[in-house]
Amino acid sequence: MSQPAGTIAHSPDFPLDRPEPLAPPQEYQLLRQERPASRITLYDGSQAWLLTRYEDVRSVLTDLRFSADARRDGFPFVSPAVRASVGGRTPFFRMDPPDHDRIRRMLTRDFMVKNIEALRPQIQQIVDGFLENLLAQPQPADLVREFALPIPSAVIARLLGVPYEDHEYFQSRGQRMLSRDSTLQESAQSVVDLREYIGRLAESRLTDPGDDVLSRLVVEREATGELDREDVKSTGLLLLVAGHETTANMIALSVATLLGHPEQLAALRADPALIGNAVEELLRFLSVVHSGVPRVALEDIEIAGVTVRAGEGVIASIPAANWDPEHFATPEDFDIHRDARRHIAFGFGIHQCLGQPLARVELEIALTTLLRRLPGLRLADGAEYAPEKAVYGLHRLPVAW
Amino acid sequence: MSAAPAPWLAVDPERCIGSGRCVLSAPAVFDQGDEDGLVRLLDPAPPDALRAGARNAAALCPSGAILVGGAAPQ
Repeated sequence: MSQPAGTIAHSPDFPLDRPEPLAPPQEYQLLRQERPASRITLYDGSQAWLLTRYEDVRSVLTDLRFSADARRDGFPFVSPAVRASVGGRTPFFRMDPPDHDRIRRMLTRDFMVKNIEALRPQIQQIVDGFLENLLAQPQPADLVREFALPIPSAVIARLLGVPYEDHEYFQSRGQRMLSRDSTLQESAQSVVDLREYIGRLAESRLTDPGDDVLSRLVVEREATGELDREDVKSTGLLLLVAGHETTANMIALSVATLLGHPEQLAALRADPALIGNAVEELLRFLSVVHSGVPRVALEDIEIAGVTVRAGEGVIASIPAANWDPEHFATPEDFDIHRDARRHIAFGFGIHQCLGQPLARVELEIALTTLLRRLPGLRLADGAEYAPEKAVYGLHRLPVAW
Repeated sequence: MSAAPAPWLAVDPERCIGSGRCVLSAPAVFDQGDEDGLVRLLDPAPPDALRAGARNAAALCPSGAILVGGAAPQ
């Protein structure tokens, strides 16, 4: 066997620390070169494999012998929060075909590109409204609280058919559900609360449907027997939480990144048409799903120079893959002109993010509007990063303008 | 009985998961079905100017639902 790489422990605790808030753990560079399949120790003392090369990560995510089914023995949980988040009925993104495909396909129409594009005017209106709120705040103001978090919360609430007035309820429980600092009990209680909440909404939609995803699930799928209420709750919970946490963190981190790279920011301001490319680079560079994608091997599989045995857990590292210099030259350079479209920030394979067209449009509109309206935007002291979140982000980002 | 030559471009809606990468890469070549959001091919033999976009769509497709040059990518 080869020597342990550099100074990295033989089976380090996962997730690894990230001393630089806008860069993945520096150990990934060495692991990619020397131990592309590395043993790691999870919070509960169990062991799993960490894969860090782009090719290997993509091949795990497209190989159905690596199961996404969180109910299987050996499935690696990186925190009590992730274990709790599959409580109740497992959501479809933690399932394999055919169940995964059956439920996902009930949603592909709602999230397809042309339907999301048609939402642009509504999203712009939501962004404009929260920008006015931000401008009314004394400076410095917290960009997370006034802009980054409310925008995707309001958008997914409208799309799903959840009253935005309830945002403090679903945001606080979503955050507690996903925090590595939460106990299993705290996360599990948040899951119970949110399932009940979605369940109550679903019940009311049965008799009073609206033009929203939850109503369509209840009227077109539950009433026809294709889906039961427990699946409706799991699906609604997944869309609600994934729909606001991920994009909120991306908006705030994107602003921090752009303000930290003035020459890139200037290029984007000079040519707003670069926004699409800039969003792809931000997705690559930030890779907010920083704990990676968990899978469990269904049979013995050769990968990255090792044999992963049936029943062993694998973590496919999205940040490590997106910073693989074999695929993205000088990955530590944030460069909005680079062609970053092959990043896997949304995952890869059949489980790739359902909401990605929506996330792209929200990021484009939020960032473009903010930069256009606030030419003097700058960071103030007191940014608070949130490495304990399942989706990397910021608790607060004070800004002035 | 000889089979017709494979088209330059083909899609497999059965494998599609509706990510929309193809529509964003080559909107003149791909569409998503109004009823199911799954891939539809608008042009199995796109002009040269659109072929790079179609190849890119095949490379970006997360579920291998796009076949270029009569063979599945990778």
